[in-house]
Amino acid sequence: MTVRLAVGGVSRAFGGVYAVRDVSLTVAPGELRAIIGPNGAGKSTLFALIGGQLATHHGSVTLDGARVERLPAHRRARLGVGVVFQGARIFHGLTALENVMVGAHATTRAGFLSAALRLPAHHREERAIRERALTCLDRAGIADWAHRPAEELPLGQQRALQLARALCARPRLLLLDEPASGLRAAEREHLAGLITALRAEGLTILLVEHDVAFVMRLADRITVLDLGRVIADGSPAEIRENPRVIEAYLGPSFVRSPHGAS
Amino acid sequence: MSDLVGYLLTGLGIGAGFALVGSGLVVIHRVTGVVNFAQGSFAVLAALLTSTLLGAGLPHGVAEAGGVALGAVAGLIVGVIAIGRPGTSPGTSLIVTLGLGVLAYAIEVLIWGDQPRSFPGLTGVAEIGGARIPAHYLLIIAVAAPVFLFLAWFFARTDLGRALSACSSNRYAARVVGIDVRRMGLLAFLIGGALGGLAGVLTTPVQQVTFDSDVVLIVNGFAAAVLGGLTRPVIALAGGLLLGVAQTLTAGYGGGAYQVEVALVLMLTVMIVQAARTGGIPEPAR
Repeated sequence: MTVRLAVGGVSRAFGGVYAVRDVSLTVAPGELRAIIGPNGAGKSTLFALIGGQLATHHGSVTLDGARVERLPAHRRARLGVGVVFQGARIFHGLTALENVMVGAHATTRAGFLSAALRLPAHHREERAIRERALTCLDRAGIADWAHRPAEELPLGQQRALQLARALCARPRLLLLDEPASGLRAAEREHLAGLITALRAEGLTILLVEHDVAFVMRLADRITVLDLGRVIADGSPAEIRENPRVIEAYLGPSFVRSPHGAS
Repeated sequence: MSDLVGYLLTGLGIGAGFALVGSGLVVIHRVTGVVNFAQGSFAVLAALLTSTLLGAGLPHGVAEAGGVALGAVAGLIVGVIAIGRPGTSPGTSLIVTLGLGVLAYAIEVLIWGDQPRSFPGLTGVAEIGGARIPAHYLLIIAVAAPVFLFLAWFFARTDLGRALSACSSNRYAARVVGIDVRRMGLLAFLIGGALGGLAGVLTTPVQQVTFDSDVVLIVNGFAAAVLGGLTRPVIALAGGLLLGVAQTLTAGYGGGAYQVEVALVLMLTVMIVQAARTGGIPEPAR
């Protein structure tokens, strides 16, 4: 079995307190893996350790067989790690379309002089990037906002913009940090549809999410964290039945009403 | 009337020089957050090297290109020293650029001495609207205009230009999409150095250059840049031209000795008004 992402014994401490401790997991190509856990379980820290926003203290992160845990975030992005943050980390002062076009930077090699000297080729490449960015905006459901300054978009649309920007880089691993939180019901449905479609196209996705019902519906496998450690790993059905998970995280209310958890 | 046309055109020529220096400041500040006080020395180094190259018999064009190239290299070196070490704060980098600007004095005096230098530019006199002005002023405008158009195109329509803009907007997010923020900062210093060098090469035939000419350039360039809060290149361009025209008008109708003071008063007024309104020059997002 090939492995897209392997996290091996990763730890990260803040001031002597472990946020993530000896976490290992492997994700197969094309898999949609969810990571869940109560507040403070270390989900977002693990996410940042994979994306390169935080440095690991111990352990390894391997992408398609290549060790990446020492690489800075921008190098990992160029290797195909796409990241969508919980907060809206967008580029103010640029239009929505330009924001998404910046995402294509991870896939371009053109330098300063080549842009100036190879004008016809540059023009073609620029147009291709533009087309791609418009497609990504459309898939994220915000095509109507393309020419508006990014900071004028409502919060939900700014989140979608981040997703469009990540897709424009054609990632081989997409990290989504609580993409559904704060979205309205219709936006959430659109997002679920888009994630399902991306998965069907073979994109490997790592989804950190608070909304358990949302995760149960989408994920192939689920990894459960609690207090920085992995306490369970399995299919949604197995996780649903796992007593440790129910005890540590889901609580008795989940057993009564699988759709009521949030 | 013909006097006025003459003052306006020479003012635009001088102002284009300020605008080039100011744009260099803006490009560097936007991408790195650093106010580069070595900006004027790029112009001086470029002008001094050009005078040497012309003296050695190189043709016009080649010598000027050599000067601009030296400006770009000097920009890159200042960039490497000022922001090369990860985690250097923009405030620390600012002091480093100030120190490098003073170091440049020593290097310039050592190599070229402390006497003013100049070299011929475009000779001849042009007559426009009854005004007779040295043709070189028109050359400055004719060279600067396409440079500004190229910059506008570069920042808006190329991947690299967008990456630079992205760094100035949100460095954290820029890294996430695969942009090497430090490299972009060095590229900004390189562009700023070339723009400063171009300003020096273009204005020296009408203004002479000494090792400390950078003070006039940095004061005026900074005044132009600060009009746009150090972040808006178009306003820096307009500000530079406005300053140039204001100074030639002051010199023409008033006294020639007050040219730098015009820039200083304008700069202080803008900064005080901005500070009162928004609490100072906005720091770009980290």
